[in-house]
Amino acid sequence: MNKKFAWTVIALLMVMVLVLSACQPAATPAAPAEPAESEAPAEPEAPAEEFVFGMLLVGPYNDKGWSQAHYEAGEYVEEKVPGTKMIYLDRVNTADRPGTTAAQLAEELVQQGAKLVIFNSDDMKDDAVEFTKNNPEIFIIHASGDTIWAEGENYQALPNMANLMGEMEYGKMMAGCDSALHTQSGSIGYLGPLINEETRRLAASAFLGARYCWENYLDKDPADLRFRVTWIGFWFNIPGFTEDPTQVANEFINSGVDVIISGIDTTEGLVEARKATSEGKKVFAIPYDFVGACEEAPDVCIGVPYFNWGPSYVRYISNAIQGKWESTFEWMPPYWQDINNVDMTPVGYVSGPAMSEDAKPLLDKFIAELAGGLNLWSGPLNYQDGSKFLAEGEVATDVEIWYLSQLLEGMEGRSE
Amino acid sequence: MNQMQNRSLSFLFQIGGLILAVLFVTIILVLVDAKPLDAFRLIWEGATGNSTRVASVFVVWVPLLLVTCGLLATFTAGLWNIGIEGQITVGAIFTTGVMRLFLGSSVSPVIVIILSMLAGMLGGAIWAALAGLLKTFGGVNEIFGGLGLNFIATALNIGLIFGAWSRPGIASMSGTEPFPEQFWLPTFQGFRISLWSIGFAIIGLVIIYFLLQGTHFGLRLKAVGKGIKSAFRMGIPTWQHMMLSFVICGLFAGLAGAIQVTGVYHRLIPSISSGYGFMGLMIAMLINFQAIWLAPIALFFAALNIGGIQLPIVMKLDSALTGVLQGSLVLFVLLMQGVKQRFAEKK
Repeated sequence: MNKKFAWTVIALLMVMVLVLSACQPAATPAAPAEPAESEAPAEPEAPAEEFVFGMLLVGPYNDKGWSQAHYEAGEYVEEKVPGTKMIYLDRVNTADRPGTTAAQLAEELVQQGAKLVIFNSDDMKDDAVEFTKNNPEIFIIHASGDTIWAEGENYQALPNMANLMGEMEYGKMMAGCDSALHTQSGSIGYLGPLINEETRRLAASAFLGARYCWENYLDKDPADLRFRVTWIGFWFNIPGFTEDPTQVANEFINSGVDVIISGIDTTEGLVEARKATSEGKKVFAIPYDFVGACEEAPDVCIGVPYFNWGPSYVRYISNAIQGKWESTFEWMPPYWQDINNVDMTPVGYVSGPAMSEDAKPLLDKFIAELAGGLNLWSGPLNYQDGSKFLAEGEVATDVEIWYLSQLLEGMEGRSE
Repeated sequence: MNQMQNRSLSFLFQIGGLILAVLFVTIILVLVDAKPLDAFRLIWEGATGNSTRVASVFVVWVPLLLVTCGLLATFTAGLWNIGIEGQITVGAIFTTGVMRLFLGSSVSPVIVIILSMLAGMLGGAIWAALAGLLKTFGGVNEIFGGLGLNFIATALNIGLIFGAWSRPGIASMSGTEPFPEQFWLPTFQGFRISLWSIGFAIIGLVIIYFLLQGTHFGLRLKAVGKGIKSAFRMGIPTWQHMMLSFVICGLFAGLAGAIQVTGVYHRLIPSISSGYGFMGLMIAMLINFQAIWLAPIALFFAALNIGGIQLPIVMKLDSALTGVLQGSLVLFVLLMQGVKQRFAEKK
């Protein structure tokens, strides 16, 4: 009886094989599905020198946030560097793609012909390093990483990896200033992602910007400014695994916050601000990451600090093609002549439609001051627990800012 | 109707289910303007195209197979062990916990790995036993008890990752600090799969096959599953058998969780179970709870999982499509079984 069972299994499997392999001859030569085997040439219809670059996006490619900013930068590269082609995989995280690792998925991009792979999240650091070591012939850009920063705390020499990050600290300072100029209640909420060095320094930057404009432009007492940070646990909502950002935004609103600064990759803060506003409250929001993020709710959006990865990706990908690749760590400040120049700036800030008439010139003044060398990372500055961070007249080093170990005094919320 | 006819009829209906499932997915593909043949071919090549991909399929196959082995024990006893996901998770938590104890110690890594995997099995068994206790002494149906325990396991896992076991200065859903390489299950050079974990899977399969088919215990378990009252009248200690089947299932689930930690992710992550528990339930239903079918069907499901990765890269389709294929396969095969029974009754 068992023998018969076994035969049935084999027969069933053979049918499956037949069904699946029957498809093979039917494929048309024009199908773009032909996966490039390791020794096989690239797609037949493509020019011989086509350079394929792959991108692993932690969130959806159309998230109106972090991942979309990367995705559109990839399209920018295709447009600016002839002969390049982007392949990508989005939602690369273990909740959305259970059972896989980023390194494994990067291998699949290489199988499809990618000669350069962009890992777009700090969440992928371990995988990016593992993949870089295992694939010395592939170029790797790890956005927001610090692995090859010689002064950094996690330094490893990896000649085929580059680390890029915009100095979003400036963008966050502008967002902070903008929110201070708009708050009526004096209470600002910062919708934080997970807690690490990067997110701490960005939240702190927003706080520094808010306090500066509150104190210097509005002549108000810093003690009257409330700056609260609530972390959801990841870069975006993963139901069941993170706090729900919608709920966090609502808690903010219900406890008197009237400007929500988003530190997460998606736009829940904006959506909830609009909902509250339509119910008669006056709540503004500042999304994050993506130049077009305000579109989700323009009537409550006062501005958005965004990344513009295109120019730097063009630089690195052209260099890789021309054999001029350099393994460098770059922490790129805004292009101060014009922080919204799409071909030049790594980081920008656009005002949203809800920006008030009074605030506009003040924010412009703040941006001009920053461009002129104003450094808010200067003492006296204390950590959240009251211990000394910077003495009077002292200025923080890049390393101290990058690896900020605590929130700052005056901020509410978990530091780790 | 004689046995032979019955079997071939069964087989025909199962093939019918398969064809219907493929047809169903084909219709979906046509509706989203994709070429179905290209998609199927892509999945096939994505799973078998080269040795790395085949190795990746086995990375999925091992925990999937182990989990389903465990589920066969509970299904045989007539129990719906929905708590399987939580049992995998708690297994992973126990494994991580024990491994953390030995970080920086001079104990041989081999012993650490063995101890932590045993701890994982223990963890899974404890969590399963809880579901069993709720059922036996609390009168809580194992489906509801299991669901509740799943939620608790997830919450516990996240609490540890985000709190007590978080990386220094970091609180992130990306998981705990990866373990040093000597604590990883050794893998083939350049591949992700460990021979050890394949070995565990095969041993597990053999054990469950003989336990259920070849022992008195298996026979009694079957009797409990077929009818608890008559089994009781026959003098079989029913609740003890049910508890035991839960514990057996938990051991397997815990081992799967331990392999996820030691052999795949090398750390604890929020979705450490990777949904293999629920997928195992589907496989168990699809194979009609017969261990003999388990290895190939689990392999088929694992191949779909890995092959599906190609869909978004090449065709901009969602990988979830392979999940639709898996789910519809189960539905249509069950449906066809129902149809067959009707058909047989009329005769």
